[in-house]
Amino acid sequence: MMSELIKSNIRKKFREIKEFNFTETQVTTSANGSILDEFRRLSWEIYKHLPFPTTEDEPWRRTNIKGLKTDAFYIPVDGNVGDLPEIPEYLMKPLVGEIHGGFIAIQPEKINIQLNPRLSQQGVIFTDLTTANEKYPDYLAKILGKVVRPEEGKFSALASAMAKQGVFIYVPEGVHVEQPLHSVLWAAGINLAYFSQILIYLEDRASLTFVHESASPNQNDGQTLHAGIVAIHVGAESQLRYIELQSLGNHVWNFMHERVQVERDGNIDWVFGAVGSRLTKNFSDLDLIGNGATGKMSGFYFTDGNQHLDHDTQQNHLAPFTTSDLLFKGALKGHSRSVWQGMVYVANNAQRTDGYQANRNLILSKGARADSIPGLEILADDVRCSHGATVGKIDPEMIFYLQSRGILPIDAERLIVEGFFEPIMQRIPYEGVRKRFQESIENKMA
Amino acid sequence: MSELVINNLHVKIDDNEILKGVNLTVKQGEIHAIMGPNGTGKSTLAYALMGHPNYNVTKGEAFFKGKNILELSPDERSHLGLFLAFQYPVAIPGVTVANFLRTAINAKWRADDPANKGIRIPEFRKLLKERMDLLKMDHSFAGRYLNDGFSGGEKKRAEILQMVTLKPEIAILDETDSGLDIDALRIVSEGVNALRGKDFGAVIITHYQRILNYIKPDFVHVMLHGHIVESGGADLALRLEEQGYDWLREKYDIVSP
Repeated sequence: MMSELIKSNIRKKFREIKEFNFTETQVTTSANGSILDEFRRLSWEIYKHLPFPTTEDEPWRRTNIKGLKTDAFYIPVDGNVGDLPEIPEYLMKPLVGEIHGGFIAIQPEKINIQLNPRLSQQGVIFTDLTTANEKYPDYLAKILGKVVRPEEGKFSALASAMAKQGVFIYVPEGVHVEQPLHSVLWAAGINLAYFSQILIYLEDRASLTFVHESASPNQNDGQTLHAGIVAIHVGAESQLRYIELQSLGNHVWNFMHERVQVERDGNIDWVFGAVGSRLTKNFSDLDLIGNGATGKMSGFYFTDGNQHLDHDTQQNHLAPFTTSDLLFKGALKGHSRSVWQGMVYVANNAQRTDGYQANRNLILSKGARADSIPGLEILADDVRCSHGATVGKIDPEMIFYLQSRGILPIDAERLIVEGFFEPIMQRIPYEGVRKRFQESIENKMA
Repeated sequence: MSELVINNLHVKIDDNEILKGVNLTVKQGEIHAIMGPNGTGKSTLAYALMGHPNYNVTKGEAFFKGKNILELSPDERSHLGLFLAFQYPVAIPGVTVANFLRTAINAKWRADDPANKGIRIPEFRKLLKERMDLLKMDHSFAGRYLNDGFSGGEKKRAEILQMVTLKPEIAILDETDSGLDIDALRIVSEGVNALRGKDFGAVIITHYQRILNYIKPDFVHVMLHGHIVESGGADLALRLEEQGYDWLREKYDIVSP
């Protein structure tokens, strides 16, 4: 009886998450009646009716958000943001190649957009969400709310309703964007709420490399919220390389709903790098919807302190001859925790598919913990699917061996960690990205 | 001149006393061989001298260049000029031989001078190529992950490559010859002989006299039951090859091993 009593108390606690203090009046845009405006109103209605997820919901079992101070956040709008630090120079440098084809910096009071005029002439659109809504509503309509839907969860509804900020990319048929596009969301400050939509639409036989980073400086007190959506359509025979980096401050609660839809013979090379945030819940779905579509997902994360990162991946084979390959690797320090939960789903018509998923974790401190949960759901009978999941520690014999060569224990550990990440770095042939991650490893292990 | 002086060394692993009072002095310029059957404490001596945390020195002392090395961490012992070629080298996945060796060289340089910027990459490449040539190793070896997927012979060769690159003052070779075919043994021995001279001393731990055909020892010691029971010149190894260890067991009244 005692245990039942405790159980019901716990249950009550979960339900105690207060609604955010956002209001309907915040769901307005300058262009009334526009596609974005309508979408946001609809999303707000959905948001109002959706409950907060609790640890009784399977995808949220290992990620408890009851510490989220839902009534503490306000949306930065003109005039109320005070003195926020400016986006630092290093975040604006190219991470892939030598020069940008275009760059967007999103900050509370200003958005800075650059695009190589040659790309505009080719019909490439690379702009912020508000501008896309005003100038390119027909293109925006191709993807807004279509790939990631507001009703998928409380946070996707919230982000859909609230996001005025974001990036919209459109690449016309047959256009190959040679120079990478790059954007940064700079989410500085405390008690602020940031919402973003990254929307990318590649027509058939197009190609693009895009880097997006969410970043902010650490804060000692308070929380900041980021809820975001990444929705991508890769047309037939198109190729997208999408590198997303997350280096948010250690006070940020970060909720992401992401999905890439790949058409016939299209390909996505999708890279995730996460070193930041207090808590992250990231849903990333790869939907292979056309024959012969392929997708590669490569993730690396390094947590310390009391960080909690939860990556929830889905590789959905929805057509025949599709291939997916996922590798996520993470190292954990302090009392941090990571969750990787992956599912390879093969629909009954998706014959001759090849799906692979692996997650490897390296625990560097006694207090750290990694949960690694692979999953397969296969309805077709002619498929090749496999998975692997490991959680390990550094073998002390490795440290002794390196130490016997004069290498200090702290450097030995760093060398082993870098070696551990090497297979994932091999999948990411971008010097700038590797360097940034190496710097994070060094900072976190110092 | 550097000198490794071991006095009455007792070493325990868990609760078992393996070394029961070892005495040995190795000077730079000298090659010593320690022979003996399995399980007599030869490798224990090697690990204890290098400072493996599981090897507990309960009694005795070990001095190197006048310093009590038992108080030093393994990296400090290495900086002082001590080297251990492992019998079972550990794989470090994802870390290339080159990256590892450069880190090791820089660690040594920085221990000597904290302001040192480390070895320049072209200089390091040249050094590593030279050393690989000495051991007849393909240059692609530098790009392989350390001991990861190496054959037994490759691992031993990699140990000697490390030795000839880091140039220790005194090296302990723990059964480096075991598992090597005759060609590999010759190459490994050439590596040791290349360092041989007044600045280099070595302790070669082995079961077999075979390697001593290639590296002629100045002194041969026999270890039985946690003690060095007999010492002599190169001819002692030949006698062991012919007669085995029983005559020593009888002489010192030791039950096997």
